[in-house]
Amino acid sequence: MHILEGEKVTKYFGGLAAVSDVDFYVDQGEVAGLIGPNGAGKTTLFNLISAALVPKPGIIKFKGKNITGLKPYKICRLGIARTFQTVKIFANLPAVENVRVAAFFGPPKSPSSAEATREAAELLDFVGLSKVSNSPARDLTLANQKRLEVARALATRPELLLLDEMMAGLNQTEVALSMELVKQIRDKGITIVMIEHVMKAIMNVCDRIIVLHHGKKIAEGTPQEIANSKTVVEVYLGEQTDSGS
Amino acid sequence: MQNLIIVINVLSLVYSGWFIDWLLAPERKRRLLITGILLLILVILAALPFYGSAYSVILVASIIMYVVLTVSWTIFSGSTGYISLAPAAFFGVGIYTSAILGKEFPLFTIVLFGGLTSFCLATLVGALTLRLKGIYFTIFTFGLVLLIYQALLWYEIKFTGTRGRFVVVIDNETIYYVMLAIFVVLLIIAYFIRRSKYGLALRSIGEYEEAAAHMGINVTALKITVFAISAFFMGTAGAIMATKWTYIDPGIAFNPLFSFMPVLMAIFGGTGQFYGPILGAAIFAYLEETLLTRFPYYYMLIFGIILIVAILYMPQGLVGLIQKIQRRISRSERAHT
Repeated sequence: MHILEGEKVTKYFGGLAAVSDVDFYVDQGEVAGLIGPNGAGKTTLFNLISAALVPKPGIIKFKGKNITGLKPYKICRLGIARTFQTVKIFANLPAVENVRVAAFFGPPKSPSSAEATREAAELLDFVGLSKVSNSPARDLTLANQKRLEVARALATRPELLLLDEMMAGLNQTEVALSMELVKQIRDKGITIVMIEHVMKAIMNVCDRIIVLHHGKKIAEGTPQEIANSKTVVEVYLGEQTDSGS
Repeated sequence: MQNLIIVINVLSLVYSGWFIDWLLAPERKRRLLITGILLLILVILAALPFYGSAYSVILVASIIMYVVLTVSWTIFSGSTGYISLAPAAFFGVGIYTSAILGKEFPLFTIVLFGGLTSFCLATLVGALTLRLKGIYFTIFTFGLVLLIYQALLWYEIKFTGTRGRFVVVIDNETIYYVMLAIFVVLLIIAYFIRRSKYGLALRSIGEYEEAAAHMGINVTALKITVFAISAFFMGTAGAIMATKWTYIDPGIAFNPLFSFMPVLMAIFGGTGQFYGPILGAAIFAYLEETLLTRFPYYYMLIFGIILIVAILYMPQGLVGLIQKIQRRISRSERAHT
């Protein structure tokens, strides 16, 4: 079943089409990768799905229901959560409060204070941040801040999680841990769409990959198909020329 | 003797904030005791007209007025970081409501109406302007003060032909008690906002509004509501203060000073803790009174110097300074053991 569908999704910034005529879908339970060179429109597409921006024209459907034009908080309560490319944590609040506020407001039905607190503690434990739960979020390392964003997004009890470059700027060990975390989230039954430049991670965890280039969808398929696709290789490495010339 | 009484009452105001901070801290025990102390403080304040001079009653009433303005400003602007310069507008609307309705309705209704009118105005203005951020919002809110002032002046000259109007006079003790009642209600409301999930949401809006919106917080509705609640208290304060002034005109009611004072007082005190704005407002209002009576010609100058020194050397306000001293003391204690 398609949990998320986009029909002819388009977004112009001035005269520039950041996302142009993109049809896409995400199946329930899968990990979908969204890749493409810088400026391909990946984050814009995330902003369109999470309603930070409104597609014009275009329709986005979540679980078969048209959600185009809804406010971001509504989208969140429907079950779509996201993280940000550049971390947008509540820097001066303790880590646990970052998660608690999401636990209060994210779910369709607001939990009691005790429930929210328990949920926040559990999620911090899940992403491995229980030790720093009372430190102000600004004091965390970048890797931990990204994990905090994941915990905060999970606290809204999403069915679909959008991860925007969760591994950018992390070292090898941290990337490996992040890949593990993505798999654990998938095992909870949460559908994931991830933007990533770390190819090893994409090839390893994704069930299906969508490739954007200049705002257009140029390829779609399993990691194997994408790795062998001539167009994708051309986009990333430039056109192949005859040897010797 | 009278000075001592005034100081005791001012300290009572500040300590009421300090003990509320105590109640708000997560792992604090002896809540019952603290609530008892808060009630005791209320008794001290409420009994002032019985043991203090008429002058001290008037002075403490005007200090409480500044405290009300500053604390209600902090409810919204302190946590969200939206610096509003609209207090004078809401305060003035309260004053004018009181002047217009004063002859026909009982005091309680007037004060409530003053608050409600400001509440409605804030809802309207909030819906229009809270999409603006940073300096744009600040400038617009200040423009609101000038807009209402000019519009009212134009209206009075064009239609009523007279400028200003008289307000029903009420005795100082009643003014004092109404002001105190507003202060108590404000503290209770502010306490519950801060404690609730909405207080947490307000702070996360102040930290990163965009992220807050994506975490399921209806940022627009929350901002407008709290902005309006804060305006409500400014309006009530205006409605009761009007009765002290006997005569008002647009220039008195919409004096921009009432926009700047709460902001300066909150910055001077520090907005992080509850007692900060109360401390700032109490000291500032007391200082204003003393300087005004002792150095009528230099008072604004001295005032300005104190403010500059405060901003330069206490970026976190008095609260920050106190916390720094506390840390230093606890560190030296540890060094001794």
